[in-house]
Amino acid sequence: MSPRTRREDHADVTRRELARVVREHSARLAEVLVRVTGDFNTAEDLVQDAVVAALQRWPTEGIPERPDGWLFTVARHRGLDMLRRERNYRAKLAQLEWPVHPSADDRLRLIFTCCHPALPRAAQVALTLRAVCGLTTAQIARAFLMPETTVAQRITRAKRKIADAGIPYRIPDPDELSARLREALAVIYLLLNEGYLSTADRAESRDLVDDAEWLATQLRELMPTEPEVTGLLALIKLHRARADARFDSDGDLVPLELQDRSRWNRVLIADAIRLLHDAARQRRPGPYQLQAAIVACHAEASDWSQTDWEQIVLLYDMLLHLEPSPLTRLHRSIARRYTAGPRAALAEVEALSAELEHYYLLHATRAELLRAMGQPEQAREADQRALHLTTNPAERTLLRQRIDCHGNHGDISSSRRRVIVVDDSAAQPI
Amino acid sequence: MRYVLLFVETEKFERELEAMSQADRDRAYQLVSNWVATHADKIRGGNKLRPAHTATTVHLDHGSEPLITDGPFVEGKEVVSGYTEIEVADLDEALRMVRTWPGCPIVEIRPLEA
Repeated sequence: MSPRTRREDHADVTRRELARVVREHSARLAEVLVRVTGDFNTAEDLVQDAVVAALQRWPTEGIPERPDGWLFTVARHRGLDMLRRERNYRAKLAQLEWPVHPSADDRLRLIFTCCHPALPRAAQVALTLRAVCGLTTAQIARAFLMPETTVAQRITRAKRKIADAGIPYRIPDPDELSARLREALAVIYLLLNEGYLSTADRAESRDLVDDAEWLATQLRELMPTEPEVTGLLALIKLHRARADARFDSDGDLVPLELQDRSRWNRVLIADAIRLLHDAARQRRPGPYQLQAAIVACHAEASDWSQTDWEQIVLLYDMLLHLEPSPLTRLHRSIARRYTAGPRAALAEVEALSAELEHYYLLHATRAELLRAMGQPEQAREADQRALHLTTNPAERTLLRQRIDCHGNHGDISSSRRRVIVVDDSAAQPI
Repeated sequence: MRYVLLFVETEKFERELEAMSQADRDRAYQLVSNWVATHADKIRGGNKLRPAHTATTVHLDHGSEPLITDGPFVEGKEVVSGYTEIEVADLDEALRMVRTWPGCPIVEIRPLEA
């Protein structure tokens, strides 16, 4: 290992440790401050200030022994200053003794307010990351490759809407809970996808998977009988289990078929499968549980040839029954190649071409099936079309290499670049 | 908090309403009346608007003569067809009310300034 890599690893560990500590404590601080100040927006500002201060000082001073107390002291100090005119809140804040123990309801209120359906999804995501996970605006911007001003504006606008439109700080009533929970889960799922799909060099984006897992774990503790929460947590763990095997030493994507399965984290996989069994006991299947079950089929297979494709196709059928979508049909047809053969699969893929004409995966899948059927020229054309349609650098690299290889050597079915389409399924539609 | 609910009709909705038998249409109006009755304690006023073709729009460009045009201010397939002012605790309560609205297919919830 070169010295450079070692230093980067160290920086990586420090960054993740800081993020973990902040995440553990900032939500609690936010919950308490909303209760004390009676105002979500003020509380959120105070927490953000404290987090920014922590990220400035902890890297050099070290993480304090009581990080929560440290954050609280900074926030209180700032709060007393900010609430100068609001005596009532000021007095309450001054009297507040740390540590406090907010209830589970406090945390649910915080999450459900950030994920309120009256806010646009992008604002729900940014607000959840800031108020619940304790990310700074700058960190969110870096993770999503966006200008910081865009994220800051988004958050300002969302908070103004919360105040002006009367978005309440409360747990939804039982009859709205399932719709509201879907919003929160969609936010977590988006974090998973963003982190999961980002390339090896985007460390801060990949950390979003940590945030997703933490949020899902919180929700599961708070709502243990909601099987979709458990299903999503299982899905996240299954993806994490394979994270290390997904990139090679050059940072290029390694397709599922060619991943070194000895590098998969068996403990995480077992954990996820236990969660899935637990969820199944509620007898309320849902899209996250089904997606996790599909990934679990891959995780449980000792190698590619042992994959239970019949079961995977069945799970896709159930998923389509709950949520019909051309993207899910495309993924199902990818699996059908192994149960019904490339010709039948290709017919199914072609049937989707009107709806998914502009989606790279449709063309990449066609290319693969055409190649399997001995039609390299048409396959190459389809690959080129796919390349034209994706901007993801890892996918582009893979496609470009495939086009080059096949152009020069005809059949190189032994190439590790052979399979692109069966990567995994985090990117699947929900 | 006080909000105005802006009821928005679409061409499709209008066509469907026209295609109904008188009895069905009466039933549809009855559902709306029931909704109003159910939420009477929260409703502070409102009215149904006459159709969009009756609208007149004035564009004021201060300094020159106002421009007067026939029709609503945005020409579109969706037109505001009525409004109701409500007083409820928060947006969630407004949403709960609107979720059961039996009439036109789009409702905008807009908080009032005071």
